[in-house]
Amino acid sequence: MSASHNLRTVMKDGITAAWPICLGYAPIGLAFGVLAQKAGLSPWEIGLMSLLVFAGSSQFIAVSMISGGAAAIPIILTTFTVNLRHLLMSSSLAVHLRRLNAGWLSLYAYGVTDESFALNIARFREETWDWRRALVLNHTANLAWIASTVIGGYGGQFIPAGAFGIDYALPAMFICLLVLQIRGGLYVAVAIIAGFLAVVFSLLLPGNTYIVAATAAAATIGVFLRKWNGDVGESGGTS
Amino acid sequence: MKADYLLLVLGMGIVTYLPRWIPLILLSRRQLPEWLKQWLDFVPAAVLSALILPAVVTTGEPRHLEVFQPALLVSIPVFIFAWKTRSLAATVIVGMALFWIAGKF
Repeated sequence: MSASHNLRTVMKDGITAAWPICLGYAPIGLAFGVLAQKAGLSPWEIGLMSLLVFAGSSQFIAVSMISGGAAAIPIILTTFTVNLRHLLMSSSLAVHLRRLNAGWLSLYAYGVTDESFALNIARFREETWDWRRALVLNHTANLAWIASTVIGGYGGQFIPAGAFGIDYALPAMFICLLVLQIRGGLYVAVAIIAGFLAVVFSLLLPGNTYIVAATAAAATIGVFLRKWNGDVGESGGTS
Repeated sequence: MKADYLLLVLGMGIVTYLPRWIPLILLSRRQLPEWLKQWLDFVPAAVLSALILPAVVTTGEPRHLEVFQPALLVSIPVFIFAWKTRSLAATVIVGMALFWIAGKF
């Protein structure tokens, strides 16, 4: 059985799957918009940044640097280092996006965020999920992000801080998606090593370079652990 | 809108887009060696763990360890719940409810 290509089904599947991300983006996007407005950006300027960059934490950092009077080059360099982690996520997604032409791949690349990556990579294991649904999910999340940041830019903090635990929607989603990635003892080991290294590196390294460093180190250790277990070859590879 | 700002967000957009784009273009259409496939297979578990754990056990600027915070206390039952149910929707809702309740204390 393969996933249906019917446009309406694809749209419906992609949009409904995106709800935890949209829920989680709402308070963060509003908060970002409010902050950006205080930094002197108009709603249009806020929307443009959300459209062109579409990466939450780097946008927060950029706005705080703008408020601090930083020049463009340092802001752009910081954005680059903060968002470099997507390199790992896109690499991991590439396995699931075979036979796609450069145009679709380029559109897909635009929507790679922590959240869409985590959700899609879990979904790609299901036969009912495909790149079309993933693209719809990416762009639903994108619209939610742009809309909530622009609304925030009009000064609206419409969701009171802490209401309904909404701030915890994304952490809860990440925890469940991590659980879904654990498909055996080796994955438990890799996750624990990555988490431990990430905590240590986060205390030692500036910014969020700890994410890339811990992930790369833990995945490398995972490959060696698999080798030492003698679990190499077809049976031990990606399924 | 000032031209300076447009250039700034364009620059930010380009440096964000390239790391998202290059691996898709380079890796999606070639046969990858087995070790790289295995390495990439570990990335989701590793990166999610690396995103979650520091967020719940560290705080402040500069960062320092802070183990006793609501986010961690809530994360433990949420993790167990996710492990038992494997349901994304239920985990998100239970997580939000617990975090909300934890905020009342």
